[in-house]
Amino acid sequence: MADITNLRTSAETGLSNLFEAARKSFATEEKISREEAFKFFEATGLPSRRVEAFKYTDLRAAIVEAAHPAEVPSAETAKSTVASAKAFAGVEAVRLTFVNGHLVDALSDLGSLPEGVTVTPLTEALTKGNPLLKALGPVEQTRENPIYQLNTAFLADGALISVAAGAKVETPVHLRFVGTGATAFSTATRVLVSVGEGAEFSLFETHEGPNGLAYQPNDAVDAVIADKATLRHTRLNREGDKAIALSTIAARLGAEANLESVNLVFGGALSRHQIYLHFAGENANAIVNGAAMLGDGQLADSTLLADHAAVGGVSREQFKTVIDGDATGVFQGKIIVRQIAQQTDGKMKSDCLLLTDEGQMMNKPELEIFADDVACGHGATCGAPDEELLFYLMARGLPKPIAESLLVQAFIGEALESVTHEGARDALIGEVEAWLRARG
Amino acid sequence: MPAVQETIDRVRSIDLDQYKYGFETVIEMEKSEKGLSEDIVRFISAKKGEPEWLLEWRLDAYRRWLTMKEPAWARVEYDTIDYNNLYYYAAPKRKSPESLDEIDPEILKTYEKLGIPLREVEVLEGIAPERRVAVDAVFDSVSVATTFKKELAKAGVIFMPISEAVKEHPELVKKYLGSVVPVTDNFFATLNSAVFSDGSFVYIPPGVRCPMELSTYFRINERDTGQFERTLIIADKGSYVSYLEGCTAPKRDDNQLHAAVVELVALDDAEIKYSTVQNWYPGDNEGKGGIYNFVTKRGDCRGARSKISWTQVETGSAITWKYPSCILRGDDSRGEFYSIAVSNGMQQVDSGTKMIHLGKNTTSRIISKGISAGRSQNTYRGLVSAHKKAKGARNFTNCDSLLIGDQCGAHTVPYIESKNASAVFEHEATTSKISEDQKFYCQQRGLSEEEATALIVNGFVRDVLQQLPMEFAVEAQKLISISLEGSVG
Repeated sequence: MADITNLRTSAETGLSNLFEAARKSFATEEKISREEAFKFFEATGLPSRRVEAFKYTDLRAAIVEAAHPAEVPSAETAKSTVASAKAFAGVEAVRLTFVNGHLVDALSDLGSLPEGVTVTPLTEALTKGNPLLKALGPVEQTRENPIYQLNTAFLADGALISVAAGAKVETPVHLRFVGTGATAFSTATRVLVSVGEGAEFSLFETHEGPNGLAYQPNDAVDAVIADKATLRHTRLNREGDKAIALSTIAARLGAEANLESVNLVFGGALSRHQIYLHFAGENANAIVNGAAMLGDGQLADSTLLADHAAVGGVSREQFKTVIDGDATGVFQGKIIVRQIAQQTDGKMKSDCLLLTDEGQMMNKPELEIFADDVACGHGATCGAPDEELLFYLMARGLPKPIAESLLVQAFIGEALESVTHEGARDALIGEVEAWLRARG
Repeated sequence: MPAVQETIDRVRSIDLDQYKYGFETVIEMEKSEKGLSEDIVRFISAKKGEPEWLLEWRLDAYRRWLTMKEPAWARVEYDTIDYNNLYYYAAPKRKSPESLDEIDPEILKTYEKLGIPLREVEVLEGIAPERRVAVDAVFDSVSVATTFKKELAKAGVIFMPISEAVKEHPELVKKYLGSVVPVTDNFFATLNSAVFSDGSFVYIPPGVRCPMELSTYFRINERDTGQFERTLIIADKGSYVSYLEGCTAPKRDDNQLHAAVVELVALDDAEIKYSTVQNWYPGDNEGKGGIYNFVTKRGDCRGARSKISWTQVETGSAITWKYPSCILRGDDSRGEFYSIAVSNGMQQVDSGTKMIHLGKNTTSRIISKGISAGRSQNTYRGLVSAHKKAKGARNFTNCDSLLIGDQCGAHTVPYIESKNASAVFEHEATTSKISEDQKFYCQQRGLSEEEATALIVNGFVRDVLQQLPMEFAVEAQKLISISLEGSVG
C-alpha cells in the first residue's frame, strides 16, 4: 500500500487549539508530563482504523469536533445534577462526586473517609505537589495509547487515593461521575489508587450523563497494588446515548497482589474501555470481567492488555456482550507472557449473543508468549441464543421474550459473579434487569 | 506444562543442520539481467512467447507494484530486500525437452536425489513407489518435466506448466488468472503478477474425479534468484482433485526470495484438496541464509456445495508469510485449513488462514498447531468473518502452540468478525474441545486425553499426508508424530 499522509481533521486541529488555550491555566511546576503526552498525540493524531489497536473503533471518524473542556459547574448546577443521579444510589459507600469531570467538595464525603484512607484532590496535588504524583502512569504501555495520552494532556481533575498498608477497608469509595450541559463538553479525569502492602480496598465507579448530547468524557484510573494487597473495582457505564466515552484502567500488581475488576456497559454511542495490567510481582492474581448490553446505534469496545512480567501470575478475563438492534461489540484482548514469567496461567474468554441479524461482533483475542512453562488459552464464541434452550423454557410455559430475557440474564450474570460486594453486585444485576425490561 | 523429553528429542532430530536437500546442482543456466524493470518484464514474457494481453497484464502489475509498499504488519523481521539485486528469470540452458531423455541428466539426478519420480515407466512397472503421482517439476523459473500428461488428457484433465497453458488454453487462463488473487491484491502478489515465471495449471472438467494425485515440485537452484511461480487450479462442476506441492532449495549463506501465487477455483459440487510440504532451506542455526517465503494462496468456493481444503506442513524457510484462505461464496460451500508449523533455529513463521463466509450455510474449520523451538518465532494469524448475508455460517477454530525452550515465542492473532446472528463461531484455544465425541471414544479405549487429542489431530492430516510421495511422507510423518502435549492457546 502506498504511503498515505492523513490530513488533520477538524477535531485534531480543534484539540491542538484547545491544548494551546489550556496551557495558560496549567500550574507551573506540575509533576505530570502534559507536553510530552500532547506531543505524542500530535504525532499520531486521532487513531483511525488503519491503526491496528483501533481497527474496529475508528475515533478519527467518530470524533467530528473536539468538544470544549467542561467548566467547573456552579454549586446549584452540581446539586441538581447529582440529585438526579441514580447509579449505585442505594449502595452504602463513601462518595467522591465529580460533576462534568470536576470534584465537588460539597457533594463528597471527604470529611468522613474510612480509617486508613486518605484522599487528595488532584487539583490540590498538582498545585502543591504530592509524592503520590510519581505513581501516575503505572503501566508502561499506556504511553503508546492516544486515549490515555490525551487524558494526561488535558487532565483537569481527579483524586489521589491512598490506602495505608495493612488497612482492611470495609466501606467502599464510590467515584460518582455525573455529566450535564446544553452543549457538548469534554472531561479528563484521573484517579490514582495506591493500595498499601497487605491492604484491602473496594472502589466503585459510576458514570452517568445526559441523553442527546455528544459529550466526550475521558476518564482514567491508575492503580498501584502493593504486595499482598487487594483492590476490588466495580465500574458502571450509564453514559448518555450520544456520548463518546473513553476510559482506561491501568493497574500494576505487586507480589501476591489481587485485582478484581468488573465493568458493565450500557451507555454511549461509542464507548471504549481499556484495561492495562502489569504483573510486576510474583504470583499476582487478576480477575477482569466485562459485560456490555447494547442497542441500536451503539458501539462498545473492550480492549485489554495483560502483561505478565513475573513468575506465577494468574489472570482470568471474561467478557460478555449482548447485541440488540444494529449495535457493534468489540473485544480486543492480548495476553503477553514474558520470558521470565514462567508458570503463568492466563485464560481469556469473550462470548457474544447476537439478538438480531443487524448486530455485529468483532473479536480479537491475542496471545504473545515467550515462556515455555505456561498454561495460556483464549476462547471466543459468537451466535444467537440457543434455540434448544429457548424451546426448553417455552415448553414450560414462558413466552419467548421472557425466555430470551432469562437466557440473556444468565449469560451476562456469569461476568458479574466475581463482584464480591453484595450491594454492588445487586445494583449491577438490577441494571441488567432494567435493560431487559426496557427492551420488552 | 513443559514439553516432555521425547518431544524435545524429536524436534532436535529434525534440526536445521540436518537439512538433507541443501545440495546444489551445477548446470549451465540462462538468466535475465539482475534487477527489475519494464524491460525485464518484457524479457520474461518474450522468453515464454506470451501473447500481447498477458504482457500488458504483467506490465500493468509492474507499474502498480512500483506504487506499493512492502507490508510490515506481520510479526517477522528481516533486512530490507534489494529488489534490484535479484535475477527474476533463470532457466536451464538446454531447450525445453520433448521427452525425459532430453532433460539435462544433472537435473534428472537432482530430482532423483530429492526422491521425485519423473520416470513414468518406472512408476508404472512398480519399480519406484507404487502410488502414481503426476509430477510437474519446476526448476528455478521453468517447468522441466510434467509426467502422465497423456494419461490425464484421456480423462480430460489438463495438467501442464502455466506457460504452456497460456498458449494451449488461453480462454481458460484468461478467464481465471487473477480472478481469485487480483493483480492489486498485495505487494508480493503484485510482484508475482509482473514477473511470474512458471507453475502448474490444472483444469478438471465437469464430473471428473482426477484419476491420480497431481503434484508440483519446486526447486530453487540458482544463486541470487527469486522464484515466482504461479499455480492455477480450476475444478469444474462436480469434479475432484487432490494436489500436492513440495519445495526445497540449496543451503546458502544469503537469503533468497520466493513469492508465489496460488489460485484455486471450485465450481458447483467440486472439491479441491491442496496439500503442501514446505521445506525450503531454513537458514543455519545463527539465522544465516534461508528462503523468504512470501506466498499468497487463496481458494474461491465459487459454486454451491463446493469444498476447498488446505493442508500444510511447514518446516522450512527462514521467514514464512503465508495465509492460505477460502472465500466461501457458494451456498453450502466448505473451507478447511489444517496446518502444522514447526519453527526452529532463527526461523520466523507468520502464517494462518482466512475464512470469508459470504454464502448461506457455509462452514469452515481451522486446525492449526504451531511448534516453536530454538530461538524461533511462530505466529498464527487468522481471520474468520461472516457477511450479513451469510446466514447459518459456521466456523470452528482451534489453534494451539507449543514452546520448546525459553528462547522462542509462540503467538496467536485471530480476528473473528460476525455480522449476523445466525452465524455460529467457536474459537477454541484449549486442546480439550476438538471433538468431545471422538475424544471420549479414544479415552474409553484407554488413551489419555492428550494421546486422544494428538491422535485426532494426526488423523485429520494423516489421510492427506499419506498421499504424498514417499520422501515427503516420511518427513511429514516424522513431524506430525511429535506429540502435542503442553499446548498453549
